Amino acid sequence: MEKELRLMKGNEAFAEAAIRAGTDGYFGYPITPQSEVMEYLMAEKPHERTGMVVLQAESEVASINMLYGGAGCGKKVMTSSSSPGISLMQEGISYMAGAELPCVILNVVRGGPGLGTIQPSQSDYSQSTKGGGHGDYRLITLAPSSVQEMYDSVKLGYELAFKYRNPVLVLSDGAIGQMMEKVEIDAQVERLSEEQIREQHPWATLGRHNGRERNIITSLDLDPARQERHNEALQRKYKEVEEKEVRYEKINCDDADYIFVAYGTSARICQKSMQLAREKGIKVGLFRPITLFPFPKKELHEMAGQVKGILSVEMSAGQMIEDILLAVEGKVKVEHYGRMGGIIPAPGEVVDALEQKIVKG
Amino acid sequence: MEDTLVKSEIIKPENRVYKKTDLMTEKVLSYCPGCGHGTAHRIIMEVIEEMGLTEDTIGIAPVGCSVLAYEFMNVDMQQAAHGRAPALATAVKRLMPHKTVFTYQGDGDLAAIGTAETIHAANRGERITIIFINNGIYGMTGGQMAPTTLPGMKSSTSPYGRDLDMMGHPLKITELVAQLPGTHYVTRQAVHTPSNVRKTKKAIRKAFELQHQNVGMTFIEIVSNCNSGWKMTPVQANKWMVDNMFPFYPLGDIKVDGKMVEG
Ligand SMILES: Cc1ncc(C[n+]2csc(CCOP(=O)(O)OP(=O)(O)O)c2C)c(N)n1
Ligand code: SF4
Ligand SMILES: [Mg+2]
Repeated sequence: MEKELRLMKGNEAFAEAAIRAGTDGYFGYPITPQSEVMEYLMAEKPHERTGMVVLQAESEVASINMLYGGAGCGKKVMTSSSSPGISLMQEGISYMAGAELPCVILNVVRGGPGLGTIQPSQSDYSQSTKGGGHGDYRLITLAPSSVQEMYDSVKLGYELAFKYRNPVLVLSDGAIGQMMEKVEIDAQVERLSEEQIREQHPWATLGRHNGRERNIITSLDLDPARQERHNEALQRKYKEVEEKEVRYEKINCDDADYIFVAYGTSARICQKSMQLAREKGIKVGLFRPITLFPFPKKELHEMAGQVKGILSVEMSAGQMIEDILLAVEGKVKVEHYGRMGGIIPAPGEVVDALEQKIVKG
Repeated sequence: MEDTLVKSEIIKPENRVYKKTDLMTEKVLSYCPGCGHGTAHRIIMEVIEEMGLTEDTIGIAPVGCSVLAYEFMNVDMQQAAHGRAPALATAVKRLMPHKTVFTYQGDGDLAAIGTAETIHAANRGERITIIFINNGIYGMTGGQMAPTTLPGMKSSTSPYGRDLDMMGHPLKITELVAQLPGTHYVTRQAVHTPSNVRKTKKAIRKAFELQHQNVGMTFIEIVSNCNSGWKMTPVQANKWMVDNMFPFYPLGDIKVDGKMVEG
């Protein structure tokens, strides 16, 4: 079969992927720079294409709780937002993690704190990978760095979300959301019927068919011993995710003296910086985490023994560097370089930073 | 002595006047004796059983004293974050329009922290039933002032009585949602006497029937008591409710067939 290729914005690709992946419901609230997701969905009339529900909620608080309701019924549900909206969702995300509900949440990150700016940023790393809301929990966090990966993150997101019964966060940024690239579109996945959901997700609240025991979706257990056991089970799950689901990409790392560690837009910049540095005779490679939680700790730890220094490049004050430091355990020098406030670093700046902070330093 | 009945002669199907619905679990209710929550739970479950809706009903529990409603109601249930039940119910119903979906919420849950979710679900005309237990206080957290606390009424955070100038007026949210075109049936009931229980049951039945006629939201307020929060005996609390709550929150239908009731 011919592959279907389209030129799309990152946000539109995500929306098309949502329909193709057999999503049952999208619930969202407009915010720049991701409003194209809902706009695209509304224009596409997915209720006619697949029967998918698309609803503009009254707030991000409502949209995340709509996800809770839909996910509790075993449905494929998703939302998209940008930083301030994602902050507003944190209570609901914590409830979903506690109740072990699958969903896909897209954060097209913009600069903060506060209303900040509508320009791209990567300053929500810690919020995304360390929990974000209250309680001990983790989100599986995917970091696409191209429009194709935005598209692919939907299917992969659902796969992981249902496999582990856990929310999946897609951590993108304004640059990837807005840029246009070629995307390979895959075939339509059928939405599951109620019968199929009953079989595949016996925990779902679809009504007590055939007199089965009632199903309950809750994050509450007032008994400390049981609540501790529940927490321990969650921690075992996150550990399993860390063992099995690490994804990353290595470019030019085999002969490298130094490496950049970067994801998303920063990783794209670093590709160019890598070329520039190599033209100058500095052998640098790029290590690109694709999953931020689970973070590729082991792989970075191994790399640390083979290089003379690591530059963490992130459009933030330096959040991911903490995970890198933990991974390399002091084996090698690690420094951060980043820009804030919605500024994307130029490739040359990154090379300068590498030279000053790592090569000379 | 010949006409004394033994137990086995009394317990016979033909003598039965009441049977606990199977849709209430065996779990002992966590509510204070005399509290209206238990009665409200029971009649909702009775209606679901009588209407044959057990297999296709999903209920949403709030945060409040009835946070554990799912322990007592023997149907599929979800427990929502404080105030967000209408958002959950919106998604459940939209994704499965043929189900019967209800939320069960207190006044703090529905009319304070969850006001936006309540108003917007009503305004969208979500085909769900909201059952709103108004006891004029935050029972669960120990008797603090609620959005519905009466003028001058004492609570732990209005220890000298609700001062309208400082604390604002009680919110008649039921009258408010009735104004919205998205609501079809809005009524205010109580469960403190057998006749009120019967009327409330009728209202719940009507609401559940309307859910499947695609006409909009159905909303039932139950004015209830909180003897612990009000610091009264159950009997005093019911009398206080009749004397003080009912004049401010008058019982009866507010909107029927999508039209405001006159008078
Ligand atoms: C976000 C959040 N804020 C506050 C609370 C604490 N809290 C629990 S129940 C409750 C009030 C419940 O009152 P109401 O809804 O009237 O129910 P009642 O107990 O009176 O039936 C509050 C404030 C909470 N659980 N979550
Ligand atoms: S505190 Fe009030 S609302 Fe809660 S169970 Fe007791 S009487 Fe009922
Ligand atoms: Mg109350």
